[in-house]
Amino acid sequence: MDRHDLIIIGGGPAGLAAALSARENGIEDILILERDVRLGGILNQCIHNGFGLHTFKEELTGPEYAERYAKRVIEAGIPYKLNTICADISPDREVTYVNAEEGCVTVKAGAVILAMGCRERPRGALGLPGFRQAGVYTAGTAQRLMNIEGYLVGKEVVILGSGDIGLIMARRMTLEGAKVKVVAELMPYSGGLKRNIVQCLDDFNIPLRLSHTVTRVHGKERVEGVTISEVGADRRPIPGTEEFYSCDTLLLSCGLLPENELSKSAGVRLSRVTGGAEVNESLETSVPGVFSCGNVLHVHDLVDYVSEEASRAGKNAAAFIKAGGMRERGRVITLKGEGGVRYTVPQTIDPKNMEDKLTVRFRVGDVYKGKSLAVYYNGVEVRRVRKRVMAPGEMEELVITRASIPEDTDEIIIRVED
Amino acid sequence: MEIRELTCIRCPIGCQLTVTVDGDNVRVEGNNCPRGAEYGAKEVTNPTRTVTSSVRVEGGELPLVSVKTATDIPKDKIFAVMEEIRALTVKAPVHTGDVLIRGVAGTDSDIVATKTVLYTKP
Ligand SMILES: Cc1cc2nc3c(=O)[nH]c(=O)nc-3n(C[C@H](O)[C@H](O)[C@H](O)COP(=O)(O)OP(=O)(O)OC[C@H]3O[C@@H](n4cnc5c(N)ncnc54)[C@H](O)[C@@H]3O)c2cc1C
Ligand code: SF4
Repeated sequence: MDRHDLIIIGGGPAGLAAALSARENGIEDILILERDVRLGGILNQCIHNGFGLHTFKEELTGPEYAERYAKRVIEAGIPYKLNTICADISPDREVTYVNAEEGCVTVKAGAVILAMGCRERPRGALGLPGFRQAGVYTAGTAQRLMNIEGYLVGKEVVILGSGDIGLIMARRMTLEGAKVKVVAELMPYSGGLKRNIVQCLDDFNIPLRLSHTVTRVHGKERVEGVTISEVGADRRPIPGTEEFYSCDTLLLSCGLLPENELSKSAGVRLSRVTGGAEVNESLETSVPGVFSCGNVLHVHDLVDYVSEEASRAGKNAAAFIKAGGMRERGRVITLKGEGGVRYTVPQTIDPKNMEDKLTVRFRVGDVYKGKSLAVYYNGVEVRRVRKRVMAPGEMEELVITRASIPEDTDEIIIRVED
Repeated sequence: MEIRELTCIRCPIGCQLTVTVDGDNVRVEGNNCPRGAEYGAKEVTNPTRTVTSSVRVEGGELPLVSVKTATDIPKDKIFAVMEEIRALTVKAPVHTGDVLIRGVAGTDSDIVATKTVLYTKP
């Protein structure tokens, strides 16, 4: 069986940044597996701008951001295989991949980085009423059909869910001549960025109906319209508020799910909240030598954070490989979100392997104005940071320093407080 | 006198701005910082946007190449810009940064490629 020091699953922004950083940290023998026809991941279809402000200090479109990283990977001579699907990873890091030239191949890896990204919540997971008519797409599928294949999916559109991809598609379809009639959002707030609400909806006078949902999809073969109802505080439709919108297309933009089927077969423990792996300070999963980063770990709002996180995964994987796969582990501190903080990444910290500063990322479960984030070590408050606004659509972060953690700490908790 | 309600997008806080235009006089209220005042004033006097879209490619490895306006264009030119983009077909190869339309829709902004699309291997 062939062997590589490091195998990276996925050639999106996460996989590319991880590969570059592992190479910078002295790992020569790297292989990236990518199932698509080119490197860059989902950014190849995100043709709008707004990427890279943090990383490159300029506003790039998705394909430009992806190309910058892909170029660096190619210039560094890091090997990658396109049109190649990783089919299985075993707990002892045997990676099986499939492609047309080689067939089905199993190789051994010194370390593995999971960078498979996420996919959209499909229609089935939403329990949408109605038949399975043509004309119902997830927003991301519509985005791919339109921006990669050049096919406008409809002329009169209703969008369910105000996540960023849905907002972006509202503008995109309007620019291509479609009429976007309404965006309905179940929650009393939008899951998308403010900037997208203003530039994708307000600019084109597309109404956003908060606390509304689709209660019926009309039409037998093809969508002919939808019924939208207001929902109460319990998020159930309020009878008598039904409104009919005629349309030929319904786009669903109802959230993303990390794509972790492979992680499961590797025996990686997953978080119930994020749907991604549980990781330690090194972004290493419950399986030693298997690391995770990017949207497969938890859904990010900005690709810049994906790249930053993935560089850390690459660096840590390099350290693991150089240590011969035998890293000494110290004690384990659990890190938890409570009272409004839905989760944290990482979920555990080993102070021995931690860098001087560790960025902890998390999301809150509601919109909070003028509240604080409080940090507790073993029940003792050590920090309090005031926040003007926090919202579920935007990722939060706090930096924890190693020096601040007392010897006997076994639990760190982050909470939203007054 | 014209009064407009806007959401500032210069940072995630998203202050609700009230902008009053009275002849040459523009007053912004509701902003938490100077950037909001600047945003509000620009939005009512000279709003601009970047337009992104795609252009058909002949003989390429992909049927489309993504494009953008190299600089922001006036907001009321968005649809005029789109019309010129839609009318265009280019031949592969196209490289990121290639200028595909100069001075699009009478603006001084160019349409540039944001992706590299090579020839298809025969
Ligand atoms: C439809 C959609 C639209 C989005 N739009 C935006 C946006 O506008 N702005 C923004 O900031 N973020 C957007 N995101 C989030 C975006 O995914 C991240 O910003 C960023 O692309 C995440 O990088 P990644 O490398 O983790 O994942 P991805 O970019 O998804 O890359 C993962 C890669 O892994 C490959 N892969 C997966 N499984 C396998 C396998 N088994 N074998 C081989 N290869 C595999 C995939 O083909 C893909 O190339 C969007 C996400 C989606 C799903
Ligand atoms: S006014 Fe200032 S604080 Fe308010 S949203 Fe704009 S930039 Fe942010």
